[in-house]
Amino acid sequence: MKQLWLTAKLDIVESLRARWFQIYTLVFGGIVALLFLFGLTESRVLGFIGLSRLLVTYIQLTMAILPIFVLITTVRSVAGDREAGVFEYLLSLPVSLAAWFWGKIVGRYVVIFTPVFLAMLGAVLWALVVGIDVPWGMFGYYTALLAAMAACFLGIGMLISAVARGTDVAQGAAFLVWLTLLLFLDLILLGVMIQGKVAPEVAVLIALANPLQVFRTAALALFDPQLIVLGPSAYVILDLFGLPGYKVFALFYPTAIGLGAASLGYFLFRKGDLP
Amino acid sequence: MIRFDKVAKTFRRARVLDGIDLEVGLGERVALIGSNGAGKTTLIRCLLGEYTHEGSVTIDGRSPRQERTAVLGNIGFVPQLPPPLRMPVGQLINFAASLCGSNPQRILDIARRLGLALDDASGAGGIMSRQFVRLSGGMKQKLLIAIALGRDAKVLVLDEPAANLDPEARKIFFELLAERAEAVTMLISSHRLNEVSALVNRVVELDMGKVVLDDRVADDVSLSGKLACRISVKRVEPALAKALGSWNFTGSGDGLEWRGEVAGPDRLRFIGMTSRYIALISDISLKEMDGGVGEKVGASGTAVQ
Repeated sequence: MKQLWLTAKLDIVESLRARWFQIYTLVFGGIVALLFLFGLTESRVLGFIGLSRLLVTYIQLTMAILPIFVLITTVRSVAGDREAGVFEYLLSLPVSLAAWFWGKIVGRYVVIFTPVFLAMLGAVLWALVVGIDVPWGMFGYYTALLAAMAACFLGIGMLISAVARGTDVAQGAAFLVWLTLLLFLDLILLGVMIQGKVAPEVAVLIALANPLQVFRTAALALFDPQLIVLGPSAYVILDLFGLPGYKVFALFYPTAIGLGAASLGYFLFRKGDLP
Repeated sequence: MIRFDKVAKTFRRARVLDGIDLEVGLGERVALIGSNGAGKTTLIRCLLGEYTHEGSVTIDGRSPRQERTAVLGNIGFVPQLPPPLRMPVGQLINFAASLCGSNPQRILDIARRLGLALDDASGAGGIMSRQFVRLSGGMKQKLLIAIALGRDAKVLVLDEPAANLDPEARKIFFELLAERAEAVTMLISSHRLNEVSALVNRVVELDMGKVVLDDRVADDVSLSGKLACRISVKRVEPALAKALGSWNFTGSGDGLEWRGEVAGPDRLRFIGMTSRYIALISDISLKEMDGGVGEKVGASGTAVQ
């Protein structure tokens, strides 16, 4: 356990000094700052008032940015470290492979989740200071959703890093994964269904299997409990899970994908050449 | 102690190690030499349990792959190329010491002996809070050596360990190795034998993944020995003065005579340096300082008794 925490701490320190982390923090902090600057908390659109509108916008933007950011930075730094000889040296020290791999994941998780969460927390604290209503339920669920999203894409990133040996290949693969998930969002599926080439049940199943779509739907469900914007597929989702069930599914399913991908990544890492 | 049994490694279709059989006993200092692509680094990575391979590698009967923490706790490793770590030097030392179960103070002491200014009372010039990647090549090398030697390692795996060190640091490095020569096994990798010949008592040469030479060498050179050196030159030459200055030699007032000390294992490197200015040198002598046999080196650069 000590080795795991040492490795996690090491990864945190390394990441804090990396340029990608500074840009990453700036992006999410900047989003919140810009949302305040553009007066989103003052506007009243479709019944959103106060901080709820800001949180909804923030989570939508985060869902667009965080997956690709996490995927690319994870594979770049892990595969890059391997290429640059960091693995050769640090893995010559007496650290178990499990502690090394999972310690890296823990450290990386802290580094990617903290700025995203702190940006949202900052918005909440500011709202408290200036007397804007804070939707605590929404804040809590969005925090959990962000945590699940970070776990999901970190796990996928670590799996890609374990499979792809070079930085270029790893980066290309990460981009391809993100692009595939993006292509199977509901709008594309809707188009396929309209053309009548895929059964509607299959299209909905694919959408439910896509973690990006799961996050999107769960985020929508907080302010649109009937999921009206999703059209007929909302019936399938609500019949299958019910709203509370879907909200729980949206947290556990992507986390399970992340853990599964990370476990497979660890298995491959342990079996193959380390540096 | 270390046993390679029919070790083979193939990358795609390239067979980098081809059935290596090798045994290295306690106290042996082995030079692992060979050209680029001979398989030296791959063999070292197999020894460190970093590569999967055919055959078996054991250290005291234990596999570095299967029993990583137990086996690697006894191995000190200095890579040829320092890793580009962004963490501060202090954290790297603490990290390595924590994993190895050693006292960071031991690492710090060795680093100081090698000439690293780790901390400065004024707060300036110390390197403890500087990023490892921002250090000079020599400083990185010294720190990695200090980490490898700052614990009770039974095996030292050194990949071109003295390549980036200045003469003074090399002298201390040889002393540090001498202090442990009886208790540890050393595997020193290098492209060229003359870089490490004075450090070892056995030479293993690899070529195309096979052992093509396995020979004992005369072990007369003391790792901690020093040679008193005197050089007379025909005329003052700034380039030679600078080169001798880097070896901590002091010149006479007119700059025609130079005196200094050379570490025993460094004699070949020193003679190599002086050979570049051989036309300027009128007289040169090297004498063992602990009462050994003195050497007189002629202008051709070959040693004569």
